[in-house]
Amino acid sequence: MAEPQMKVSEEIAITIQNMNKWYGSFHVLRDIDLTVNRGERIVICGPSGSGKSTLIRCINALEEHQQGRIEVDGTVLSSDLKNIDKIRSEVGMCFQHFNLFPHLTILENCTLAPIWVRKTPKKEAEETAMHFLEKVKIPDQANKYPGQLSGGQQQRVAIARSLCMKPRIMLFDEPTSALDPEMIKEVLDTMIELAEEGMTMLCVTHEMGFARQVANRVIFMDAGQIVEQNEPEEFFNNPKSDRTKLFLSQILGH
Amino acid sequence: MSDTHAHSVAFVRETEIPASPPPAAETGVVKWLRANLFATWANSLLTIVAIYVIYLILAGTLPWIANGIWNAGSLGECREILSGKVGACFAVLTERWPQLIYGFKYPTSEYWRPTLAFFLMLVALAPVLFFDLPRKLLIFTALFPFIAYWLIWGGTILTPILALAGFVGGFFVYQKFVKDSFALGAGGGALVALIIWVVGGWLIPDTANENAMLLAVPSRDLGGFMLNMMLGLTCVSLSIPLGIVLALGRQSHMPLIKGISVVFIEFIRGVPLITLLFVASVMLAYFFPPESTVDLFLRVVIMITMFSAAYIAEVIRGGLAALPKGQYEAADSLGLDYAQAMRLIILPQALKISIPGIVNIAVGLFKDTTLVSVISMFDILGMIRGPILASTEWNGVYWELLGFACVCFFITCYGISQYSQWLERRLATDHR
Repeated sequence: MAEPQMKVSEEIAITIQNMNKWYGSFHVLRDIDLTVNRGERIVICGPSGSGKSTLIRCINALEEHQQGRIEVDGTVLSSDLKNIDKIRSEVGMCFQHFNLFPHLTILENCTLAPIWVRKTPKKEAEETAMHFLEKVKIPDQANKYPGQLSGGQQQRVAIARSLCMKPRIMLFDEPTSALDPEMIKEVLDTMIELAEEGMTMLCVTHEMGFARQVANRVIFMDAGQIVEQNEPEEFFNNPKSDRTKLFLSQILGH
Repeated sequence: MSDTHAHSVAFVRETEIPASPPPAAETGVVKWLRANLFATWANSLLTIVAIYVIYLILAGTLPWIANGIWNAGSLGECREILSGKVGACFAVLTERWPQLIYGFKYPTSEYWRPTLAFFLMLVALAPVLFFDLPRKLLIFTALFPFIAYWLIWGGTILTPILALAGFVGGFFVYQKFVKDSFALGAGGGALVALIIWVVGGWLIPDTANENAMLLAVPSRDLGGFMLNMMLGLTCVSLSIPLGIVLALGRQSHMPLIKGISVVFIEFIRGVPLITLLFVASVMLAYFFPPESTVDLFLRVVIMITMFSAAYIAEVIRGGLAALPKGQYEAADSLGLDYAQAMRLIILPQALKISIPGIVNIAVGLFKDTTLVSVISMFDILGMIRGPILASTEWNGVYWELLGFACVCFFITCYGISQYSQWLERRLATDHR
C-alpha cells in the first residue's frame, strides 16, 4: 500500500554510535549503534523495560546519555543548551499521554512553540496551525481546551502541535498505548499519512500491523540492547533470535 | 414498551430509550427540608437546637445594635442616654473614625490624599485582577506605587520620580543585555538603577521637602486601617514574585541557588513573625550603614514580605510538584528554553493550582499586619488599644471598637476570598 512515495534517501538523519546510558548503576542502554536515513520509518519494539523509550528520548535529550555520540541533522548532541534547543526544535515528539497544555486552547497549543521558539508572527503561526489541524482532521476543535477532547483527538492534536514546528524528524513514544481500540485507528491513520509524505519517523509501538504496513525497518530491543533489526516482512516471518521469536509469539499469539 | 424478548439470550435493540426527567419527589423545597434538616429524629433534634442557639445570639446582639447611641461625647454620656437599657455606644466610631482609618497624627487637612490613593488603588488593581480588561491599563498599575507614595507621604515629587527613573533605566539596560545572558542583563540593570538612585539622591536638595506641593508626612505619622491596607497591599504584591523565585530556586539543579532558597525558606518559616518585627524595629538598623536611616515602614515591609514569601514559596512548590512530569517534557521537546517553559507552561498551571494556598497566606498576612501594633506602630488595633481606649472619654468601649475592626477586616478578607473563588472558576479549563 502506497509503497512508491515512501522513498528513503541516502542522506543521514540520525547517527548513534556506541551509546551507553545508566540510571544510577543500572545499565539501561548498552552499546547502541543506529543510523537512520532521511525518510526512513523505524518501528522499535520490545518488552517493557527494554530501554526503547529511553533510546528515543535520548535523541532529543529528554534523557542524558553518558557515553557515545548522537548526531541529529548534523548537530552533535552535547551538554551545550544551544545545541539541545536546536535539536529539539528540529525533532518533533509525541508522548504516550499526549502532554497537551491543559490551560491553553488547541490552537494556542499549536502556535505556542512557533511563536516563541521560531519567532513566527502570530497570524502566520495560526494559519500553519489550522493547516495541520485540518490535516489531522480536527480543525473544528481549534478553540476548545484539551480536556474537552477524546484521547484520540488529543493525540492527533499532539501530532499537529509537533508538526507546526516543521520538524524534519518525528519521534513517537507509544502514541497509542493509552487509547481505546476505536481511537487507535484514527491516530495510526494520521501517522500513516505522515509516513507517506516521507517524514523520518522513529516509533516505539506495539502496533505490529502498523509496523508491517509502514516501517522500512523494525528494531527489537531487549535488556538495553538492539537484539535484532530487519525489514518488516523478514522480521515477522523469519525472526532470527530466540528472544525475538518468543516476543513475537507472545504479542501475536492471541 | 419493549420490542425484544427478555427471556431469550440473543438481543438486538431496535428503538432507543428516550431520556426522561427525574421523579417529582427528587425536587422541591419540601424534599430539600426533609433531606437536609429533618432526615432522622436525631437530625431534627439538632436542627431545633441549632435554631435555638441562633435565636439566643440574635436576641442578645440585635437589641444591642438597634439601641446603639451614635451621638455622644463620651462613654458616660452614652450610659446616661441609654439609662439602663442594653445598647451599644457607637458614638465612639462617629467621633473617632478618622483616627481609626488614618491614625491620630496624619494631618486632618490632608485626609483626601490617602483617600484618593485608595480609589486609585482600585483602578490600578482592576487590570491585574480582571484580565479581560485592556492590557494597556497595566501602565497605570506600574505607575501607581510611585503616585501612591507621593500622595501618602507627600514631600517633593522628585523622590518618586527618581525612584521611577531608576526602575526605567534599569529595565532598559536589562532589555539590552538580556539577549546575551540573563545574569548580565539582571546585574547590569540593577547596577544602573542603583547608580541613578545614588546620584539622584545627591542631586535632590535636602530642603526640597520644605516647599513641596504636598505637605511631607513622615512614616511615624501613618496609622489606622490605612496602615494595615498599605502594609497588606505592599507585602502581598512583593511577596508573590519573591515566593515564585524562591519556589523555582528550591527546584533548581544548581546547588548554590537551591541551597540559598532552602536555607532562606526554612529559616524564615522557623521564626515567629513577631520576632522578625522586633528585629525590624530594633536590630535591623545594625545591618545598614550607620549614617543611613532606613524608614521603619520600609523595614517592616521587608520583614513581612520575607515572612510571607517563604510560605508562598512552599505553596507554589506544592503546585509545581502537582504538575505531571509530561508538561515539562512537552515544553522541552518543543524547544522552549527554561524561562519560556516556566512562564508559558509551568507557572500558569502551578499558580492556578496554588491559588487557594496563596490566598490563604495573603489573607493571613493581611490580618497579621495588626501585629505591628506591638512595635508601637499605630495601625487600627494600635489605635484602639492605645490612644482611643486610653482616653478618658472612651475608656471601656471594647465591643464597639473591636467590632468595627472586625468589620473592616472581614470586608477586605471576604472580598479577597470571593475573588479567588471567581478566579478559580474562571481559570478552570480542565473540564473534569
